[in-house]
Amino acid sequence: MSTDAITLPRAEAAARPFVDRLHEWVTTVDHKRLGILYITYALVFLVIGGIEAGIMRIQLIRPHNDFVSPQVFNRMFTMHGTTMIFFVVMPLVFGFANYLMPLMIGARDMAFPRLNAFSFWLTAFGGLLLYFSLVGANGLYGAGNAPDVGWFAYAPLTSRTFSVGHSTDFWTLSLLVSGFGSIGTAINIVATVLCMRCPGMTLAKMPLFAWLNIVMAGLVILAVSPLTAAQIMLLIDRYLGGHFFDTQAGGSAVIWMHFFWIFGHPEVYVLVLPAFAFASEIIPVFSRKPIFGYPVMVAATVAIGFISMSVWAHHMFTVGMSANATTFFVASTMAIAVPTGIKIFNWLATMWGGKIEFKTPMLFCIGFLFQFLVAGLTGIMLGCAPFNWQLGNSYFVVAHFHYVIVGGILFATFGAFYYWFPKVSGKMYNETLGRLHFWLFLIGFHLTFDFMHVPGLLGMPRRIYTYEPGRGWDVWNLIVTVGVFFQALGIVIFIANLIWSYFRGKAAGHDPWDAWTLEWSTTSPPPAYNFASMPVVRSRRPLWDLKHPNDPDWKYE
Amino acid sequence: MRSRSSINWRGLASQVLVCFGAAPAAFADPAPRLSPTSIFAPASTPADSIFGLSLFVLAVTGAIFVVVFTLLAYSVVKFRKNAGDDGREPPQVYGSNQVELAWTVIPVLIVLALFMATGRVIASIQKASTPSNAITVITIGHQFWWEYRYPGLGVVTANELHVPVSNLERPTPTFIQLLSADTDHSFWVPRLAGKTDLIPNHPNHMWIDPHETGVYLGQCAQYCGTQHAKMLLRVYVQSRDEFDRWVQEQRQPASVNATTSQGQRIFETTACINCHTVAGTAADGLFGPDLTHLMSRDTIAAGAAPNTRENLRLWIQNPAAIKPVSLMPAMQLSDPDMDALTDYLETLR
Amino acid sequence: MNVPSIAIDEQRIEWERPARGRVGMFGFIAAEAAIFSIFVVAYLFYIGKSLTGPTPKDVLRVPIFYTICLLSSSLTIHLAAKLLRSGSVLIFGVLWLVTIALGATFLYGTATEWQRLIYHDGLTISTNLFGTTYYSLVGLHGFHVVVGLLSLSIVMVITLLGNMRAEYGERVEVLSLYWHFVDVVWIVVFTVVYVIGR
Repeated sequence: MSTDAITLPRAEAAARPFVDRLHEWVTTVDHKRLGILYITYALVFLVIGGIEAGIMRIQLIRPHNDFVSPQVFNRMFTMHGTTMIFFVVMPLVFGFANYLMPLMIGARDMAFPRLNAFSFWLTAFGGLLLYFSLVGANGLYGAGNAPDVGWFAYAPLTSRTFSVGHSTDFWTLSLLVSGFGSIGTAINIVATVLCMRCPGMTLAKMPLFAWLNIVMAGLVILAVSPLTAAQIMLLIDRYLGGHFFDTQAGGSAVIWMHFFWIFGHPEVYVLVLPAFAFASEIIPVFSRKPIFGYPVMVAATVAIGFISMSVWAHHMFTVGMSANATTFFVASTMAIAVPTGIKIFNWLATMWGGKIEFKTPMLFCIGFLFQFLVAGLTGIMLGCAPFNWQLGNSYFVVAHFHYVIVGGILFATFGAFYYWFPKVSGKMYNETLGRLHFWLFLIGFHLTFDFMHVPGLLGMPRRIYTYEPGRGWDVWNLIVTVGVFFQALGIVIFIANLIWSYFRGKAAGHDPWDAWTLEWSTTSPPPAYNFASMPVVRSRRPLWDLKHPNDPDWKYE
Repeated sequence: MRSRSSINWRGLASQVLVCFGAAPAAFADPAPRLSPTSIFAPASTPADSIFGLSLFVLAVTGAIFVVVFTLLAYSVVKFRKNAGDDGREPPQVYGSNQVELAWTVIPVLIVLALFMATGRVIASIQKASTPSNAITVITIGHQFWWEYRYPGLGVVTANELHVPVSNLERPTPTFIQLLSADTDHSFWVPRLAGKTDLIPNHPNHMWIDPHETGVYLGQCAQYCGTQHAKMLLRVYVQSRDEFDRWVQEQRQPASVNATTSQGQRIFETTACINCHTVAGTAADGLFGPDLTHLMSRDTIAAGAAPNTRENLRLWIQNPAAIKPVSLMPAMQLSDPDMDALTDYLETLR
Repeated sequence: MNVPSIAIDEQRIEWERPARGRVGMFGFIAAEAAIFSIFVVAYLFYIGKSLTGPTPKDVLRVPIFYTICLLSSSLTIHLAAKLLRSGSVLIFGVLWLVTIALGATFLYGTATEWQRLIYHDGLTISTNLFGTTYYSLVGLHGFHVVVGLLSLSIVMVITLLGNMRAEYGERVEVLSLYWHFVDVVWIVVFTVVYVIGR
């Protein structure tokens, strides 16, 4: 048998001392362990970021509330945004890519295992550095010295004049460090996909997961670097007397915005493309059909990658750009809606005519589809510049991007957790708890983020620690806050399910979902070497070919 | 209300809305009960143009939503696995070029229509020329208050902007130049116009032509520091006569009153004059708001508190009670001095 | 349930994939190019916008000699890598040393230029926009030259210890890609700073 695993008897495995096992994890270069480290790290920060959100929502439950001071609130929204993007979603994305990519392309590990480990520890250190700001370094404000300049840290608010102390430096340095980690992982992903595919797996035969992740990695390489450059410039301004963003010396505050958003917009595609990858693997399996329109999905992915580098100034419509520049960015923003919409239609067509099974992974992916549709449509609204002049920087924007990140990305990621948990742990999760998680989180998500659009439409700007009564915002803020508790409960059940199932779940076997990609051909969990011998493939669904020898995919592709 | 642009956006949009019954029509309320800062209750041409465009965009995206949502919901219900399923796989369909073409071409057309509609409105708002009878105001954003200068009228004030009403027969728009003295801010009064940022070393401009008198509310919409939340906006739209009268009053220097000379002396010998100007006296500081006509304003601290004697006294004695971490220092005066000072300030009408 | 076996095809199929060292280096170069692009954009944007102080025309002198040194080092490193592949480790060592010397000369030129600018012309990173963007861009490039020279020196040490072989030709070539990148960046920086900006 080519994929037999050689496993240690359980008794021997348990006898090793804790320090030895810890050492193994800390020094590992195995992509599967690094994947688990990334994901566990992200889950811890998900809880922390959620607490920060909870604090903000309690403060905003009614006007003129005094649950926290303005200083603390401003630190909360800065830390919440920075944490969620850099230390939750990006590690989740890298964690799943790390774990699954080599398995799905029939490789034994990533292209550069040591770089892989180094990149993880850089990212991890960045997060710890950011949170050290809460307790370290003296500042002039109370409540520690966490950054309070917003996650996009506009100049000149970040200059020494307006940001006294070291809070901005913690933001800058922690993201610089984790940025290098991100670039390292991205280089690794590109090299792995291009150089480590098993025989027969041409680029046109690899899973969509691999396509979406390689485009994501390309975006990281091209987009995180501008942020790195801008942060170096900021440090030069703050510590070497530079004038990059010093408006008193003729410098430009707007150029920081350009540099930041040249990073910031592709960054959100970095976050969402892997979510598309999860949906593109899960929806076919639970609809019992191949993904509809594979070549078009690849083309749309590449198109999204390219166009995403040209839309950045739609975050700057209110800054006072020329009418021509504004019009250009409206055009490019509208353009990116086309390939994105095509993807939604292809997922719909995959389900069409299928036999859908509503297991937990599929429930989350269906939620993803509906919610990503709405998110995309509010994005189109925001892309119409004059409409943006009203909606920009308001709670409508906050609702829009949370719809994308929570309603789209997080839902798809929950789907991925449940789908691949059996592979990673060897156990099945509890289906009842999974559904409970889904419904609680769905209710909470919609309570919070559907109604959050309304204050934006009624004139409520973002990043305010309190608001005036009599503006018509009160009841909506109350509903938004209530939704938070449902979501928190859902997360608690989710984590409890993961932990309980890891120890007490039923054995999953190697292929509990009757799926078709290579990771399901090896044991659960896979052995350290992934496959006993290199697989050779002839189509996009190698396991379908094995299970249906009279009707293999390679006859039709 | 007749729209000024050549395409009747309102008419087109309301036709489409009738077909789709979109909720925002409920917000399109000329006398807003829902909110004084609703973007769906425009009272000035830029806000009008945006409102018209927004109805069109909402109608189009609403239609897309209904169609795709229905298809998704239908597929989830119709193609679910039945209880008595035979376990065979359904027909494996790999794709269809015609279908892909269809759902590429149609979105491209929709996106083109949206783009062209948007382009028109951008041009109409941003490329508007300044008529000769326009009022010009220079707005300078500070942490955390608004400075207003009317160069043509010789008026300097703070936090509460007065403009004349502009009707279609005799339009008198107000053109606002937007500058910043420190960090980024944004001027957002939703019923009058979309927001435009105030960025140091990057002058911007916008215009409004409010059609109805009244007070319009808004606030700073670009995070500018700790008290960003309390940098509120009040725009007083007045009839032409009232506006002219207001201008005349604002141009007068402060009237000197013998009974409050002690308060004035305290004002001028404490640090007050380093930051504040009172026209006609020795006070000519520029860091804080001009106080010459302080009592003509309804609020203090950029809208953070109503302008009453108690609040005024509290603001000087302990600004943190009203707006912590604003740049107004606590003046550490004795009670009798505080009373005298407040008496003096109350004469600055 | 048995784990299904994926068949191993008896006829070995043709299976070509690019070398991962090269792909990794190109990925790294892409990231670095993106970082440099932002500094170049900032430099171009701020040309002529300084409010005070010395202007490029006043103080910049075109470093032709040092530029020739750096660009020639691309030629010598290319030859060195080629010759290593064909087995001539000794000539490889000599050419490698010449490359390092040329790179070091270039750095010396930058150092003397900076010394003159700071002490004679009074231009520092905090003087004005020109100072900030000039030292940042040229300095970032210089930093990459330093890192390159360190890497080249490590290879030099390996060669001097007698451990260099023709089989390492691929790795040496991948490293030389980095060095070529540093030279290409210099061409861009040179054009932007000494031609366009002056």
